[in-house]
Amino acid sequence: MTTVTITPISTFRTDDPYPFCPGCGHGPILDRLNEAMIKLDLDPAKVVIVSDIGCSGLSDQYFITSAFHGLHGRSITYATGIKLADPDLDVVVIMGDGGTGIGGTHLISAARRNIGITVIVMNNLNFGMTGGQHSTTTPEGGITSTTPLGNLEHPLDICATVGVNGAGYVYRGSSFDHDLADRIAAGMRKPGFALLDVWDLCTAYYVRSNKFTRAGMEDSMRSWGMEPGLLYDREVTEYATGYRAAHEAIVGTPTLSARPIPVEFESTLDHPMSLVVAGSAGGKIRSASRLIALGAIRSGLWAAQRDDYPVTVKSGHSVSELWLAPEEMPLTAVTRPDVLAIISADGHGKAGPYLSAMTANDLVLTIPEYADLDTEAQVVVIDPKSAERRIPKTSMGLVYLAAALAMTGPYPLDALRVAAAAGSFSEVNLEAVETGIALV
Amino acid sequence: MTTNIQAPRREYVDGATAIVRGAIDAGCTFFAGYPITPASGILMAMMRELPKVGGVAMQGEDEIASIGMCLGATMTGERSMTATSGPGISLYSENIGVAVMGEVPLVIVDVQRLGPATGGATTAAQGDVQFVRWGTAGGYPVIVLAPSSVPESYSLTVKAFELAERFRCPVFVLTDKEITMTLSAVDVDHYPTVDVPARVEKDKGVPYSWEPADAVEPMRHYGYGDAFRFTGSTHDEGGYITKNPAKVGALNEHLVAKIEDHRDEIEMVDTDLEAGAGTLILSYGVTAGSARAAVRRLRSGGVAVSGAVVQSLWPIPETALGSAFDGIGRIVVPELNMGLYRREIDRIAGDREVVGVNRIDGRLITVDEIMEAVR
Repeated sequence: MTTVTITPISTFRTDDPYPFCPGCGHGPILDRLNEAMIKLDLDPAKVVIVSDIGCSGLSDQYFITSAFHGLHGRSITYATGIKLADPDLDVVVIMGDGGTGIGGTHLISAARRNIGITVIVMNNLNFGMTGGQHSTTTPEGGITSTTPLGNLEHPLDICATVGVNGAGYVYRGSSFDHDLADRIAAGMRKPGFALLDVWDLCTAYYVRSNKFTRAGMEDSMRSWGMEPGLLYDREVTEYATGYRAAHEAIVGTPTLSARPIPVEFESTLDHPMSLVVAGSAGGKIRSASRLIALGAIRSGLWAAQRDDYPVTVKSGHSVSELWLAPEEMPLTAVTRPDVLAIISADGHGKAGPYLSAMTANDLVLTIPEYADLDTEAQVVVIDPKSAERRIPKTSMGLVYLAAALAMTGPYPLDALRVAAAAGSFSEVNLEAVETGIALV
Repeated sequence: MTTNIQAPRREYVDGATAIVRGAIDAGCTFFAGYPITPASGILMAMMRELPKVGGVAMQGEDEIASIGMCLGATMTGERSMTATSGPGISLYSENIGVAVMGEVPLVIVDVQRLGPATGGATTAAQGDVQFVRWGTAGGYPVIVLAPSSVPESYSLTVKAFELAERFRCPVFVLTDKEITMTLSAVDVDHYPTVDVPARVEKDKGVPYSWEPADAVEPMRHYGYGDAFRFTGSTHDEGGYITKNPAKVGALNEHLVAKIEDHRDEIEMVDTDLEAGAGTLILSYGVTAGSARAAVRRLRSGGVAVSGAVVQSLWPIPETALGSAFDGIGRIVVPELNMGLYRREIDRIAGDREVVGVNRIDGRLITVDEIMEAVR
C-alpha cells in the first residue's frame, strides 16, 4: 500500500518583493490574502486574482495563482464573467478606492447579484499611483493634490452601499487587523458576494498631506459613522450557481431552428409587387404585414417587409413596406407602392412621398378622412363603419391589407386564411381577414 | 410518374434571429449585452436561447460590464459574443483594446443606427464603418464583417467566430437596423452547414508567443491546467508587464502581423462581374440591396455593369477588389454615410474615378439613385 502525502502549499507568493512604498499598507494586506489562501488549502491553478489599475493593480504579479489584470474599475466585470463560466474557481478581486468610483455601478450590481467573488478594496483614501488625487473615499476636508483647500465631497461608505444592496459578506477593517487573514478566508468561503473594505495608509501622499496616522485612521472610521468589523453575513444564493439551477430544466430543449412554411397554394404573380400600410404604432401594423407575407410564402412567393416607427412603443406612426415577388429579390426601399393603405392620421403623415410617386395604375385604400388625397393613383375610400361589425384599431391594418389583396389578387385569399389560422390570435385575425374581403 | 420539382422550403425571419442561430451553431456559450435599439432583439433571443445549449447569457448593468464579462468568460474557456449599437460601441472602446492586447477571441455585433450620439435609434445608417475599425486606442487591426442579408447574417456570424478563434482577436459583425429587423423569406436550404473547429488550447506554459511574428499561440484558460497570467498592459510572453523595448516591439508587431499577413484567410467579396463593364458598383451591408437591384436593372436595360458586395470590410480586401477593378474605369460606392468607405476605395483605386452615392437622412439609397450615378 502506498501512502501519498499531500503537502499543503506553503505560500502563494512569488519570490519577488512587493514594489510598494515604505510603510504602505498594501503589502501587509496581500500577505494576509496569502495566509488566507494557505489556511483554505487552495489549489493555485483554481484561483484567479483579478486586478485593475493603480498601485493595487500591481498586486496580482506577486502571486503564483492565475491572474487577470484589466482596466481601471472593471475588475469586478471580468471576475463576474470568470465566475459565471466556471463556478468552481475561487475568484478574488483586488481593487483600490479609485475603482469604487469609476466602477461603482459594478460594485453595486455584483452585490445585488451576489456573484460569488471576493472583493478586497485596498482603501487608502486617495489615488496613489497618479499623484495623490482625491477619490470617492477621501474624507471631507481631506487635503489632496486635487483638493488643496480640503475635500468638499462626502466619502463613499463602500460597506453600507454593498450591504444594503444584498451582499452576502461585508467586513470593514484595516491593514493592521491581526485577524484579517481569517476575515478574508471567511469571505472567500462565503457563497455569494463578499467585500472587505480594508483601510490602509498611503505614506507617499495622504499621510503626508494630512498628518494621518494609524490611530487617526481608526478614530476617523468611528467619527465618520463607518464602524469597523463584520457588518453583514447573510445566507444568500450565489448567482452563477443560482443561474444554473434556474435554467436546468431548459438545458437540452430545442433552440431556434429554421422551420419551413408549407407551400399549399399557387400564385400567378409575375412581377414584384409592393404594398405599404401606413398606420399608428400599437395598431399591429407589423403583425398584419407579416401575415400577408406568410400567405404569400404559402403561395410559393418571396416576401420581405421593412418596418419604420419611432422609438416610442404605442404612440406615433407605424409604416410597413412589403414586397411580394415571384423571384428572390434584394432588400430595397419601396419608393412607388403598387398599393398604399392609409389607416390613421399618423400613417397619413408619413404617406406624402409615396402618394406623390404613385401613378394611375397604383391603388390607394384609405379611410374617409383622407378621401381628397393629392395623388395620381386611384383612391378607394373604405369606410370602416360600413363593416358588419365594429373593427378594433388593432385589426385595421389587417382589414385594409386583406381588402387590398382581394382587389389585386397576387395570391389566393385562402392562403391568407390558412396563414391567419396557423398563427397566434387566429380568431381575431381571421375575423379581420374576412371583414377586409367583405368590404371590397 | 413522379416529378422532381420540390416545393420551396422557406421561412420568414429577421437578421437578429439569423445572428443568434449563427452564434449558437458556431458554438457560442456566453453572451452579455445591454438593451439598446436596434440590437435588443439579439440580447433577448440570447437570454432565452443560450441556456438551452448549456450556455450563460447576461444582461449587464451597462455596456462596459457586458463586454468585461465576455472577456472574463472567454479567458475561462467560453466562446463569447456581445451585441450593441453605436452608443454601446463607444462604451466598449477601452475593452476592445483589452481584447486586442490580451488576444481574446470575441464577436462584437454592431447593429448600426443613425449617429452621432443617441442619433436616430430606429433609423438605418452605416456611420460606424470607420469607428469599429479605429474604435480603440493604439490603431491596431481588427476584423470587420458586414452581412447584407438574412442568410449572410447567419454565415458571417459563424465566420466571425471562426476568425476570432483563428486570430485570437475581436471580430465585428457590422450590421444595421434594416438587415437586423427586416423580415425576409429565406430558403432554409440556403444556410450553409457550419462546423467551427474546437478551440486550440494548451494546459500549461506561457499564454503568449510571437515567434514568428504572425504566429498565434494556442490559448490558455482559467481552471484548465496550470495557473497563468492575463493582462491588458504591454507584456512579455508570460503575461508580465514589461517596458523592455525589444519585447514591447515584438508584441505590438505581432498584433499587426497576425492579421495583416493573413489577409487571404479573411478577404470576402461577393463579386458579380460582367465582361466589358466599365463601371463597378461597390457596396456593403444594407446598401447592397439597392446596389444588387441596380445591377440587375441596368443589365436588363442593356448596360454592362459589374457589382461587388464587400463582406470583409476590414482589413480591406485589397486582393479581391484589385481583381474586381480590372478593366473598370468608374467605381460607384453607395453608403449611408458621407463616404466613409469610399475614401478607402479611393486609396486603392489608382486612376479610376470613384463616385459616392450618399444619404444621411435615414432613408435608404434607392435603386434609381444608384443607376443615375452609373450612367
